[in-house]
Amino acid sequence: MLSTRLQTLNCKQFLPHEFNPPFPPLAKGGGRGFGHWNLGFLFLLLFILFSMGCQRSKAGITVAGSTSVEPFAELLAEEYMSRHPESHIYVQGGGSTAGIEAAITRAAHIGMSSRNLIGDEKKLYTVTIAKDAIAIIVNPKNPIQDLSLQQIRLVLSGKIRNWKELGGPLHPIVLVTREEGSGTRESFQKFVMGKEDISLEALVQDSNGAVRQVVASNHDAIGYISLGLVNDQVKALKISGVEPKLTDVENGKYTLVRPFLFVFKEEPTGEAKSFLEFVLSPFAQKLLLKEGLVPVFLKIAKE
Amino acid sequence: MIMQLKEKIIEKTFLVIALSSITILALITFFIFEEGLPLILKIGPKAFLLGERWIPSKGLFGIFPMIVSSFWVTLGALVLGIPLGLACTIFLSELIPPSVGMLLRPAIQLLAAIPSVIYGFWGLIVLVPFIQNHLGGPGLSILAGSLVLGFMILPTIITISEDSLKALPPTYKAGALALGATHWQTIWRVLIPAARSGIVASIILGMGRAIGETMAMIMILGNAVKMPTSFLDSARTLTTNIGIEMGYASGDHRQALFATGVVLFFIIMALNTLAISLSRRRVH
Repeated sequence: MLSTRLQTLNCKQFLPHEFNPPFPPLAKGGGRGFGHWNLGFLFLLLFILFSMGCQRSKAGITVAGSTSVEPFAELLAEEYMSRHPESHIYVQGGGSTAGIEAAITRAAHIGMSSRNLIGDEKKLYTVTIAKDAIAIIVNPKNPIQDLSLQQIRLVLSGKIRNWKELGGPLHPIVLVTREEGSGTRESFQKFVMGKEDISLEALVQDSNGAVRQVVASNHDAIGYISLGLVNDQVKALKISGVEPKLTDVENGKYTLVRPFLFVFKEEPTGEAKSFLEFVLSPFAQKLLLKEGLVPVFLKIAKE
Repeated sequence: MIMQLKEKIIEKTFLVIALSSITILALITFFIFEEGLPLILKIGPKAFLLGERWIPSKGLFGIFPMIVSSFWVTLGALVLGIPLGLACTIFLSELIPPSVGMLLRPAIQLLAAIPSVIYGFWGLIVLVPFIQNHLGGPGLSILAGSLVLGFMILPTIITISEDSLKALPPTYKAGALALGATHWQTIWRVLIPAARSGIVASIILGMGRAIGETMAMIMILGNAVKMPTSFLDSARTLTTNIGIEMGYASGDHRQALFATGVVLFFIIMALNTLAISLSRRRVH
């Protein structure tokens, strides 16, 4: 065969310039091409960009941790900064465990956690800034309104696999859970599952928002998210007749409740202290209440 | 004298810069292994590689379902990517006038420039509901992931295999045509076999890209940790396992994620070595 004797390409073809030339050279042919003026302009541009970046980095504190607390912390930080224009509060996600670790190693001034502290972590200076309920959510098209904890446990562990068994349509149940290590998952495991495992068949999403998105777009899905993040795209189930309402959370009827914590390496001072005081002030606590959390230092007026 | 000194300084500066990039590679490798290996040794390579249960909270770290899922997803991507990519390559290099190619080529290269999160978002909004409504299952599935990956690896396959077609001496084509072969026979019987090793290398590099893709897969695959039984099942690949759990992991769990990285490292190394050795080989 002719083809077998042919010589084929060599390694040069894998050089990056062959592989990835999506843009034509900046200046082609004429003159000396990419001249000093262009280069100078480029550097000037870079310099301007960098100095713009630097301006933002005024003195400030970092708050890092649970992605469940993050949106609320961001809201509080904005309010705080509008009152104290000279300070800056950086809010980052990363997860409860990462947040607690960041507080221990002082990588962050404040760590956020959506689960109780365990073991050595208990030595940290901890403040509960609010309480959050975990809502069991299904698609609004799902006729089911009310499940018992026992039923939820059977569903999430994969023992009940069809909505029919719960009085719904003849559709397989699609489970949605959070990833291992998530504060929301740990709380859910503790309150609902107990010793049972969440089924390995369950879809795993890495944030409250992603779980809500999947449940909103799938008629047969069930999941759990922070009550504060329930919106009209999903339906929060009653648990043995108790609706997940803030008043029922506060008076203890609704039991899937976990603390939102700020953790500090030691008693906070300076900016961190001032931010903490703001978070615990009646104004900020009212703000959290409006966002669907249960404040710690405020009584909810009866509806 | 001064000029020589200047040359020397410039030379050394460039040497340092060049070495620093290699140093960084070495450092990354070192840290992945340093963090990951202890756990593999602790629970045993067999329990780690062939274990079927991944429940970090109970100390179970079996990544076998993820290895299998990675290959399923990649296989699916290749089933879509190879025919499409080859057809595109032949079309671009042989069947259209060069002026049209000048327009189409940048468009294909642009596919490589789209951030993977955009691919993921598109898959989530368009493909996932479609699969859920028409084929059943949760929608977040290997099928959806494979389809998206199939498009993502197109630029890799097309650019490299087109280059290897172009690198052939023009005499091959002229000779085949002179012997009375039709244009299609020339392409299919002469040019493609001649460029075979380059095309295979492009496919393997595409595979490497498919196995390494993370962001889009986190959004589309559903991330359930179980053995896939059909293309409509949700799955978790090696990369998405790291991506989805890194934020919250600590202790053994964190090390297990690094260990997942070690496995991934070996797979990618093997694929790249294969691609390079294939492209170097001369067929006689």
